[in-house]
Amino acid sequence: MIRRLLKDFQGDVIAIPGRLIALVFFLLIFILPAITKDPYILRILIFTNIFVIFAVSWDFLSGYTGQVNFGHALFFGVAAYTAGMLNHYFNLQPWATIPIGAIGAVIIGVLTCFPALRLRGPYLSLVTLAFPLILLAVIKAFPDVTGGEHGISGLTRLSESRVTEYYISVIVMTISVLIMWKLTDAKSGLVRTGIILHAIREDEIAARATGINTINYKILAFAIGGFFAGIAGALYTHVMRIAGPSTLEMTLSFNAVIWCVFGGIVSIYGPVFGVYFLYPLLEGLRVMPEIRFLVFAAIIIAVLLFMPEGIAVWIRDKIERECPRCKLSNVAWRHECRACGASLR
Amino acid sequence: MFQTLIMPMILQALLTGGVYALLAVGFSLIFGVARMLNLAHTAFFMLAAYGMYYFTYRAGLSPVPAMVVSLILTTGIGAASYKLFIDRIREHHVAVLLVTIALAMVFQEFMLLGFGAHFRESPPLMSGVWQILGVRITYQQLLSLGIMLLVLVTVWLLLSRTKMGIAVRATAQDTEIAGLMGITVPTVLLVTMTIATALAAIAGAVIAPLWTTYPYMWLNPLVMVMVIVVLGGLGSIKGSIIGAFIIAIVETLIVFLVPAGAFLKLAFSLLIMVIVLIVRPEGLYGVAFEEERL
Repeated sequence: MIRRLLKDFQGDVIAIPGRLIALVFFLLIFILPAITKDPYILRILIFTNIFVIFAVSWDFLSGYTGQVNFGHALFFGVAAYTAGMLNHYFNLQPWATIPIGAIGAVIIGVLTCFPALRLRGPYLSLVTLAFPLILLAVIKAFPDVTGGEHGISGLTRLSESRVTEYYISVIVMTISVLIMWKLTDAKSGLVRTGIILHAIREDEIAARATGINTINYKILAFAIGGFFAGIAGALYTHVMRIAGPSTLEMTLSFNAVIWCVFGGIVSIYGPVFGVYFLYPLLEGLRVMPEIRFLVFAAIIIAVLLFMPEGIAVWIRDKIERECPRCKLSNVAWRHECRACGASLR
Repeated sequence: MFQTLIMPMILQALLTGGVYALLAVGFSLIFGVARMLNLAHTAFFMLAAYGMYYFTYRAGLSPVPAMVVSLILTTGIGAASYKLFIDRIREHHVAVLLVTIALAMVFQEFMLLGFGAHFRESPPLMSGVWQILGVRITYQQLLSLGIMLLVLVTVWLLLSRTKMGIAVRATAQDTEIAGLMGITVPTVLLVTMTIATALAAIAGAVIAPLWTTYPYMWLNPLVMVMVIVVLGGLGSIKGSIIGAFIIAIVETLIVFLVPAGAFLKLAFSLLIMVIVLIVRPEGLYGVAFEEERL
């Protein structure tokens, strides 16, 4: 049993450089508090982890089903406000408010499906853009309940110690990313969703013709994407200790798109890379506040001009090569496939 | 009642509608021809408004030459940024989305660096007031309205009568067949981008004396333009113009008649868009393609 696991580990992780990098990366962020306990760095990384969940959930919903969602902040904000209000008015603790908030986001996600399922392409993108803005206006119109511009403040902290908060964020992020990665893995023998979502994106009519109920799977994608975005939103409120209108704003929705496209869409690890690159970068640019956003935008443009597929995907294509015969990933510098011996050149 | 409420409302609706129509027509043209959402579109509107401010108050030109200079400059920047940044990644739709929003951010940051986060005003092209039925209308408002309507009519004629316009519309209908018919598609794309930017710039330049100019002034119109083109049907010029005036009327009614209307005007416009799309998923004048419907 252990031997088989070891063998799988060797074949599926060590042999593929991308996965090896991912493993090293996760180990690094797990041992990071042993190196530094600086509260500022930990705080930035907590937010980075939260936004990783958010960005990956966007990739899951929009990348994998091809329904480009411009209003992903809706799920984030709904969960943030649900968690915040439950904590403020009913004094529920974070272990209860976070799952409830995420479920609230799922319900909203399924509800937005009804108009969204009738639409395709850019129409869908522009309609989804509308929902968080409508909710934002409603929140601003009832400041007594929602706190209006200032939001609900003074919420319970996720945990008293910064390091514990960090570990909560890292563990939740790792589990969420792994679940979404498994759900979208087209080669998985365990779950079929991966290959079905791929089929829907490539050719919806063909997918229907082969007997896939595409409507159900789209609703499922909205529910799962909403769930994880909701977890991110609820975590965010308890770390910030504020449920404010910034969680619903258009900037946040566009940020999800920026992170994903920058890292590489339809890849799950792309957004992880994108957030881990861009969010600390934007924070680091605070040393020159006047030209912070200018530099940020210039970097995005420069990278996308040369790697329009996204930076993580570009790197993967440099270090990995797919065997033309058996479709197994290989290190780019091998001459023949490690399983079937076919020539890779 | 008439003088204090209805006339200002009509005037406001017409002006807002004119600006939205100019912006939406350009946005819709780009989408129709190049199949891309240009999120930097309203940033050119902002650039032209700043051009008006800069060339009149800082450079000391009189308003009319200032307007001409800022129009030419903005259009040039638009065409150049298309050629430099967007053209080479046109095939990657999401990358285009991101590059255009990053471009808009770049413009916004340059304006912030150059002029600060202040509200700026530009001098009117014409001073004076026209009294009609006891209502005061400034000449600038009339002039802005007149220019906008004239430009809309010109664009309409350009697209429907000239050879270039027909080439643009042919490319919008089917890029491959247009190429086979001897139309140089890359040139048509550049021309479309230039026309669209010029429309946004005209809107910005004529409205600069009436509205305030500030670095974030592109965000709200961007949302409104997206609402309008979806409402009217993406890629449809007629739909964009009609949609613009519908949204402008709704916005004005909400602002004038509903308490806290400034908060709710966006929500109501968005709600109208959602309702229209639920009833008619292709918008008012959009075309439903078989493979795009399902």
